[in-house]
Amino acid sequence: MKDNIVIVGGGIAGLEAARQLLKLGYSPIIVEKEDHLGGHVAKWHCLFPDMTPASEIVSGLIEAAGQANIFLNTEISFMNRLKDSYNIMLSNGVSVIAKVVLFTTGFSVFDASRKEEYGYGVYDQVMTNSDLEQWFNTGKDQRIENADMNAVGFVHCVGSRDEKARNPQCSKVCCITAVKQAIEMKKRFPDAMIYCFYMDLRMFGKKYEDFYIAAQRDFGIRFIRGRVSEVSENIDGRVIVKAEDTLAGKPVKVTLDLLVLMAGMVCNPDCGSLAGMISIQTDTDGFFKSRDNIADITSSMKDGIYFAGACTGPKTVPETLAEARSAALEIHTYINR
Amino acid sequence: MRERFLTGYNDFVLPFMIGMVFILTYCIIAMIRIIAQLPKEDRRRFFISLVTPKTVAKNIKDIFCDCLLHVKLWKRNKLLGYMHSSIAFGWFMLIVVGHIEVLLYTPHRAKLFYYPIFFRYFVAETESTMKGAVLFFLMDFFLLVVLSGIALAIIKRIRSRMFGMRRTTNPSFLDLVGLYSLWSIFPLRLLAEGFTADISGGSFLTKSLNHVFTSFLSDHANMLPSWWAYSCALGIFFCVLPFTRYMHIPSEILLIPLRNAGIRIHNARKGLAKAQVYSCPSCGLCIDACPMGVQKANIRDTTVYLNRQIRRRNEARIEEISDKCLLCGKCTAICPVGVEGDKLRIAQRSIRKYGINPDYSGIDTSSMRTGKAGKVLYYAGCMTSLTPSIRKSMESLLRKAGVDYELMDKDGSICCGRPMWMAGRFDQARQMMEKNTAIIMDSGADTLLLTCPICYRIFKEKYRLDGVKVVHHTEFIDGLISEGRLKVEHGQAKYVFHDPCELGRGCGIYEQPRNVLLRAGTLVEAAKNRKESICCGGSVGSLTLGFDKRKPMTENALQNLTCASPDVIVTACPLCLDTFRRYSDRKVEDIAETIDRNTSIN
Amino acid sequence: MGNIFGFNISPSSTVNLDNIDLTLFDRLHEIEPDAWKCMSCGSCSATCPAGRFSGMSLRKVLHNLQRGKEKEAVRMLKCCMLCGKCNIVCPRGINTRHLILSICKLYKED
Repeated sequence: MKDNIVIVGGGIAGLEAARQLLKLGYSPIIVEKEDHLGGHVAKWHCLFPDMTPASEIVSGLIEAAGQANIFLNTEISFMNRLKDSYNIMLSNGVSVIAKVVLFTTGFSVFDASRKEEYGYGVYDQVMTNSDLEQWFNTGKDQRIENADMNAVGFVHCVGSRDEKARNPQCSKVCCITAVKQAIEMKKRFPDAMIYCFYMDLRMFGKKYEDFYIAAQRDFGIRFIRGRVSEVSENIDGRVIVKAEDTLAGKPVKVTLDLLVLMAGMVCNPDCGSLAGMISIQTDTDGFFKSRDNIADITSSMKDGIYFAGACTGPKTVPETLAEARSAALEIHTYINR
Repeated sequence: MRERFLTGYNDFVLPFMIGMVFILTYCIIAMIRIIAQLPKEDRRRFFISLVTPKTVAKNIKDIFCDCLLHVKLWKRNKLLGYMHSSIAFGWFMLIVVGHIEVLLYTPHRAKLFYYPIFFRYFVAETESTMKGAVLFFLMDFFLLVVLSGIALAIIKRIRSRMFGMRRTTNPSFLDLVGLYSLWSIFPLRLLAEGFTADISGGSFLTKSLNHVFTSFLSDHANMLPSWWAYSCALGIFFCVLPFTRYMHIPSEILLIPLRNAGIRIHNARKGLAKAQVYSCPSCGLCIDACPMGVQKANIRDTTVYLNRQIRRRNEARIEEISDKCLLCGKCTAICPVGVEGDKLRIAQRSIRKYGINPDYSGIDTSSMRTGKAGKVLYYAGCMTSLTPSIRKSMESLLRKAGVDYELMDKDGSICCGRPMWMAGRFDQARQMMEKNTAIIMDSGADTLLLTCPICYRIFKEKYRLDGVKVVHHTEFIDGLISEGRLKVEHGQAKYVFHDPCELGRGCGIYEQPRNVLLRAGTLVEAAKNRKESICCGGSVGSLTLGFDKRKPMTENALQNLTCASPDVIVTACPLCLDTFRRYSDRKVEDIAETIDRNTSIN
Repeated sequence: MGNIFGFNISPSSTVNLDNIDLTLFDRLHEIEPDAWKCMSCGSCSATCPAGRFSGMSLRKVLHNLQRGKEKEAVRMLKCCMLCGKCNIVCPRGINTRHLILSICKLYKED
């Protein structure tokens, strides 16, 4: 088929879209800037709420999308609009004329060291959610190996819902991720006391609430409603966390062996530059702007440009996959119009 | 030289005389009022300074340099300096030489006020004398100087950029009246003396003009109207002067001795504050200097407009302007007459009435007393507790240098009081200061180390800690390095130092941080640095500026810092650090972090 | 109120939203629009150096004022040192210092 489709980003959205497009008889081109497919999910350990191993999902997708043309370690160096197609120059020197471009550029994880007061990068015993997933996968992390895990704290909303971090939106998945990670930690360190410091718990998805109940009832995880505002370090390297227990109306202070920061989703910095090349819009939060946030989330304002997944805002894995499928269908209708 | 009129009088001197008497009376009354408004202690100090030879000499020098020669403006911009000094000094010399003429030729008229001003009208030249020629030449020369200044002033109105000013003030109606009358004084004088030059004599300017006039306006009847016009211009100028920005001319002469006497602002509207407000020449240099100026909406909240609103007693605007300010002190640093925009604003804030008055007498400090008597007491302060990297690096440096130290606020602290002081609530600030003083004096420390310039300033300026040396960590690290207690490795990185407002302009510490950084790597300077460094925008000084409104200021300050493309922006204030990190495209760190990274254990 | 049949009748602790007078709070909101922006995360209270001595909590002050419980709020503000830490930690970017000073101006101790 001569109508080229370029998928920018080989995360789960890109792979799922490629899978669907292959089924429809197209041969899409996937451009991935890193050296592996699967994006952020590939680095994750288990997925809520059923603790499905992330590797299973990703490897299934990679297999299904294997027939696509895949360029790893490749970025878009240049892109411009022709009459009814797009001219794309890749960083490996390949040039493509594409009828359709699907952006599945996803998100970036908020740089937790920018929340200076939490001491990520300053104190030894502070890590992020991604660091913890990596430990689940590899079992290697100085911070966990070197300490007795008697008390672990999770800080929700790090760099989400935070105007000071220039990121006022909710990252959607951190609440449930924190609950999931807390349970996993409790399973590994049954004697440890696990605290979650939250502002609001947003358990909106299927079976999330069950998960939350289990965390409370079966795993004894302590939920404290209050945002952590200060972290200091003890002489022995443990961290002291200060928050307000807003339900009791009293300040709380707790010494922890490990503090996990639930770094949120922020827009991929590539969003801005890509949008600039073909003059499509980005929203106030920096993510791509859909034609309509309710009825037409996968379409852009420009013909032939589509979005799927977290490049238009924070999404969960099932939402991302569903969007990828719907984008594939949209593309199919567009080409055969 | 002989007199043309026996009476030595003509009606046209009346406008001038009325103006002159009015302005003199006004100024004398105003001066007496301002001096009477000073607190007793200050007044005594002021009078003593007036008879102390050292301050008298300084007063005379300052008045000569600032009011006549405008040395500060010369340093800023040559054209601007020339414009001001040509008008001020030229006019002054015209008056001086005019008086010399009177004393030489008509000494019996010396007691007449107007005589030196209108000398040429009242005399006729009998023969050309050498002395006369020299004086005539001088008079014409200085008139030319003044006229050139006026010409520049007219050009400045149209093209202020030529004078190094991006923006200037909008003059009020009376300012315009004063402006136009001032502009017309000297051309009219030239005209009047030109018409009279064939009788009274003149030099290259007036004499030549006279030749031109006689060729087509030979009638001497033109003479009197031009003298009338000249006198009227002077009269109008003097009469509107107290209500225009030109009041700065007499006020500054009072402000300089007050300042040299070491007097501070005690009352928001009276005494020194009043002298400062009236000394503001509305030049608008503070508009370009103000870090809030990046947003056009804030231009009317600069010091020059504060002064104007205080003169107009527009309370609503005074409150708005003084609450918005970041108190970075840059307007004070660059003000050519010495109006202290930041202190003036704090004084305005101090007269607010509050229904709730905090009281800290109930706070028990016994739990905060430090156990062992460390030689160095480290007070990290409120802001540093939110920037743990500073505290961690500083403690690491102290350990590396083997300094025996103790933390004063390991577990919470009482605020230093500076933020409260900036809000104008002095009583509350003093209460906190008392509490902290007790803790510090009790600790037995001989050095108080601070990593926050906000704390540093108030500890240095307002606390009485006898026997305790107050040091900021930039000074302390500099000391440790020069004593050889810290070995810093010279790296490849290119640093730029941001002078925090409270540290630089507030406490005059510019050299130590630069000395320190020079040992760690290459140091480049920001476009505007030291005294003119641009506030990060995060200052606790502003009461009303919201978070989102500060962003353009921070971005502007960052742009200023990165003009020499440094790798790392180094600062020495937790608040600057927090603010810059939010928007910076490159690494921002505290000086303690930089040095800690580049120091190995001895 | 006395003791009636062994039951002690005391004023109800219910916050009756129908009856609270928010004129002052509305004026506060005019001066500082951030007065309604708080989401009660508790950051300010946790970081507050005065909280340690007096139970000062800006979150509670605002909440109490919004519910018409002024006395409680005023008592807490008596220990605020205006240090500005709350200003830095607030995730909603509320200008807390201006809010506090405005409350101090509008409301009165009794």
